[in-house]
Amino acid sequence: MDWHILAQQLVNGLTLGSIYGLIAIGYTMVYGIIGMINFAHGDVYMVSAYLTAIAIAVLTGFGIDSAPFAIVITLALTMFITGVYGWSIERVAYRPLRGSTRLAPLISAIGISLVLQNYVQLSQGAKPQGVPTLVSGTVRLGTETNFVQMTYIQILIVVVSFAAMAALTWIIRSTSLGRQCRATQQDRKMAAILGIDTDRIISTVFVIGAAMAAIAGVLVTLNYGSFDFFIGFVTGIKAFTAAVLGGIGSLPGAMLGGILLGLFESLFSGFVNTDYKDVFSFALLVLVLIFRPSGLLGRPEVEKV
Amino acid sequence: MKPSSLLEVRGLTMRFGGIVANNDVSFDVADGSITALIGPNGAGKTTVFNCLTGFYRASGGTIHLATAAGAPVEVGSLLDKPFIGGSYLVARAGIARTFQNIRLFREMSVVENLLVAQHQRLDRNVLAGALGTRKFRQTERDGLARAFHWLEVMGLTADANRLAGELPYGRQRRLEIARAMCTGPRLVCLDEPAAGLNPRETHELSELIRTLRSEHRVTVLLIEHDMSLVMGISEHIVVLDHGEVIAAGNPETIRSSPAVIAAYLGAEEAEVEGGEGTR
Repeated sequence: MDWHILAQQLVNGLTLGSIYGLIAIGYTMVYGIIGMINFAHGDVYMVSAYLTAIAIAVLTGFGIDSAPFAIVITLALTMFITGVYGWSIERVAYRPLRGSTRLAPLISAIGISLVLQNYVQLSQGAKPQGVPTLVSGTVRLGTETNFVQMTYIQILIVVVSFAAMAALTWIIRSTSLGRQCRATQQDRKMAAILGIDTDRIISTVFVIGAAMAAIAGVLVTLNYGSFDFFIGFVTGIKAFTAAVLGGIGSLPGAMLGGILLGLFESLFSGFVNTDYKDVFSFALLVLVLIFRPSGLLGRPEVEKV
Repeated sequence: MKPSSLLEVRGLTMRFGGIVANNDVSFDVADGSITALIGPNGAGKTTVFNCLTGFYRASGGTIHLATAAGAPVEVGSLLDKPFIGGSYLVARAGIARTFQNIRLFREMSVVENLLVAQHQRLDRNVLAGALGTRKFRQTERDGLARAFHWLEVMGLTADANRLAGELPYGRQRRLEIARAMCTGPRLVCLDEPAAGLNPRETHELSELIRTLRSEHRVTVLLIEHDMSLVMGISEHIVVLDHGEVIAAGNPETIRSSPAVIAAYLGAEEAEVEGGEGTR
């Protein structure tokens, strides 16, 4: 076996996996707090890709050509606007249905997903869009013929993703907001009885999920350069798979699940077959659900009194 | 409202479909008192608590809570406020409670259970936290200090960093009371605090409830089946049966009330008075 190919696939897998992990956070946190799968989350990620392109175009229009500066501004703008999307979606489509059957918000989520896709398709056109390359260059290790390379963008993806996950972990573990989120997740009614505005916490969770998806959207767009209104679907389903793999409802689980899924998928396409990588990912999901239904780090559902 | 009252319940009615759990319940809780709500199983005591604490929206009647600011607030109207209404406003108005079946955040540490109850006072700004501003650190320190104060009062200091769900039953009960107190309430509602406690623990509990009132200046409303506890510590007792108030008064009046004795079906007068459980 060629070790440099293995190492290269691991590098690629880590990059892909951190993206899955970032998006999976949105699925897992929302599931943890209100027990619904937010099927519109993938499309929120798609919206953030368009916002990235718009932000970059605007910045270029202003004549800003310093790549680090442009990336920071784009990240901030995209996270903010995508956060507003996340907040509005919860407010419009899920909150009015709270207290109705479990299925109602799920259907509403699918509706929102369709609305977002069609709205973007109408307003931005159906053709794939692109952004100019802001960062180019690679780091190479090895000889002329046997080498492992990592582009600057890949390094950026891994660094920014891990930083975002670390920051979020800190917020959830050690801040007052994080304690309120965990309390609301464990027993929403009890949290309210203690004076926590649980509706506000739920909104915050949607904003956090959307902001994380926005980071992923910016990074992926900078990496691939091209996107269309349908990218949210497959990526969303993959990130959802990652969340289930790690144990849905568990924050470290989503990150771990994302990275593992990225690694497996990348190794599979490197050593077995590229065309069947999605089949492999979903087969993995089926196996996890059969042998460990609560995921790697998830806890089995406990009946609440 | 009478100036001496902290809580005034008038005509409280709670229906679940065709079932009337509470019908026209009226009583007062005097400021600074220990008031007990008793009655046979299924009398609707916990339902009254659920309405008082904003857990349920009462079907009818009013619940007024006196506030330090002046004008009393009506619990139901807090729940109904457009856009921002909810149970959390009741807690912020100053009512805290515990549950018969303990509802701690089992997967959070003991001290976190107490911190989360204080967030009204703690700085909620994440940015301030990330920057570690002085105000943020100060409020966090205050929160911790308050949490450890209550751990000491409850004798739980050694358990501060254990998961709440791991604690033995009696300590979970005390932790739940500590958590309720950490919200800074004016009225604390204890739902069967002595359930499952042994006689020694029950005795400690009655001392604790007295301390809450005398040292921490909180009014206590409790549901309890342990008659020796109820008769020993309460100044005012409200008796419910089949969802209605059948008697109210001081322990002496209640002890000799024929309606109360009749309500405890088959219960002899001696049992109502005595220490043996009517449970």
